[in-house]
Amino acid sequence: MTTTVHIGCGAGFANDRPDAALALANDLAGRDGRRFLFFELLAERTLAEAQLRRLNDAQSGYALRLFDFLEPVLETCLDTGIAIVTNGGAANPTAAATRLRQQLQGTRHASARIACVLGDDLLDSDIDLQQWLPAQLDGEVVSVNVYSGADGIVQALDQGADIVLCGRVADPSLAVGPLRHAFGWQADDWDRIAQATAVGHLLECCTQVSGGYFAHPGLKDVPDLANVGCPIASVSAEGQIVIGKAAGTGGCVTERTVKEQLLYEVHDPASYLTPDVVMDLSQAHVRQVATNQVAVEGVRGKPRPTHLKGLVGLRGKWFAEAEISYAGPGAVVRAALAHDILLQRCAKLAPQLTPWIDVIGVASLFNDAGGQWLQRHLAQAADCQDVRLRISFLNRDKALLERLLLDAESLYTNGPAGGGGVRRHIGESLGTASFLIERTAVRQQLEWF
Amino acid sequence: MTDVLLCDYAHARAGDKGNTLSVAVFAFSDEHYAWLANELTCERVAACLNHRAIGTVKRYELPNLGGLNFVVENALEGGVNASPGLDRHGKSLSYALLGLRLPPPD
Repeated sequence: MTTTVHIGCGAGFANDRPDAALALANDLAGRDGRRFLFFELLAERTLAEAQLRRLNDAQSGYALRLFDFLEPVLETCLDTGIAIVTNGGAANPTAAATRLRQQLQGTRHASARIACVLGDDLLDSDIDLQQWLPAQLDGEVVSVNVYSGADGIVQALDQGADIVLCGRVADPSLAVGPLRHAFGWQADDWDRIAQATAVGHLLECCTQVSGGYFAHPGLKDVPDLANVGCPIASVSAEGQIVIGKAAGTGGCVTERTVKEQLLYEVHDPASYLTPDVVMDLSQAHVRQVATNQVAVEGVRGKPRPTHLKGLVGLRGKWFAEAEISYAGPGAVVRAALAHDILLQRCAKLAPQLTPWIDVIGVASLFNDAGGQWLQRHLAQAADCQDVRLRISFLNRDKALLERLLLDAESLYTNGPAGGGGVRRHIGESLGTASFLIERTAVRQQLEWF
Repeated sequence: MTDVLLCDYAHARAGDKGNTLSVAVFAFSDEHYAWLANELTCERVAACLNHRAIGTVKRYELPNLGGLNFVVENALEGGVNASPGLDRHGKSLSYALLGLRLPPPD
């Protein structure tokens, strides 16, 4: 009987650090008991981007850097029996599996078992989407995916998979699958499934639970943040959870880091909806049991929802930004003058558009579409001597936006004195819309490679 | 008694789902939870974000964790899909709350 299962997360988003998982795999390799490593590589819009790549190239469409994450740890994991689970299959798990199969050919791991968990991609299915999608969609539909649960992962691991490549499974399911498999927990053992979901939820953003996204010098110090280590959860058959991190790394796991991540992106803590369970964190508490070891207790579960959440990826809009800086005496009044010029120019060239304008250094991150925050703070900021004016738009008319960005650049010769460092950028802005679909309408499938 | 900066008494992390902002705020010390729950009201959080066209502000109390979870509708100017702002996720807004000045604890 397995007593403790160790599960680590090697990446918390598509652009995370591929070298971070090396220390994680080495740590897991030295531990007793069942061990798993997962990579969480999808966000709301990542799938729509991946689907666009797949439309251009049928062999593409998995997470762009999937192999950058897999390659450093593959040998260690296959040598020591650490199963790898990832949603990095994105819009095309089978293409990723085919490439991985080819890469393993001729190596001593040529017989490694690779499973794909499919069925989340509803564009690729015979489901009548009209019945489920919102009637009004703002753009061209490029992807339709449903957040699937852990069933497919459990099945793949039960059947001996060494590597499980998924599309859009819910992030916490990447931990629920291995834990259900390892302990034989039933899918309706709601407290256990909620505890497994808490593990997945705490680990899914990788270092955000182990000191990343936490430091505030003087108030919340984190040791050796440059080498922040990936988290590892150690879980007992009774659902006891201890969060730790890879040996020999920086960062820290404290009650504070764990609390911040436990509530991250949670709305009602008594009712966190996932495909596997409704997780109840209202009675949860955390306890430091050793250095960099925090126990998480009191997580309870309620029956999983009857409906699954789906996301439609939409295209058709462009995101355009231009910036120019002013420094030295009177930097703020010159930036404010440039701000007024841009508003007048936009009113003349594109009266239908309202630009968003920031003065970086005075008001930007907390600013609002109407610029109220900026106006409140501009008057008090006369002493700032290095500010950056930023104008941005979101619209369907790419050519118009390109003209407006060039017009902003013309502040060089037509604007206030001493403006410098213009940068312009325009890129496609994919959108999403969510919908609910009855669980019974969706079917996960397993494919072996 | 002069007001204190929330940042010196609590830590926080913000998250987004669509156009909805969530911010969990935790007292550094357990003994300050009651003060935090008393002073960091929905009204104060709404006032802090009132330059944006925000909707309902909900607050969930988590005494076991010494924290409060705020959920603010329409706080993200469209969110990561639709906002032309610099921080489309609203990740930095945890510090908008931590910048609040509140009456000091006893």
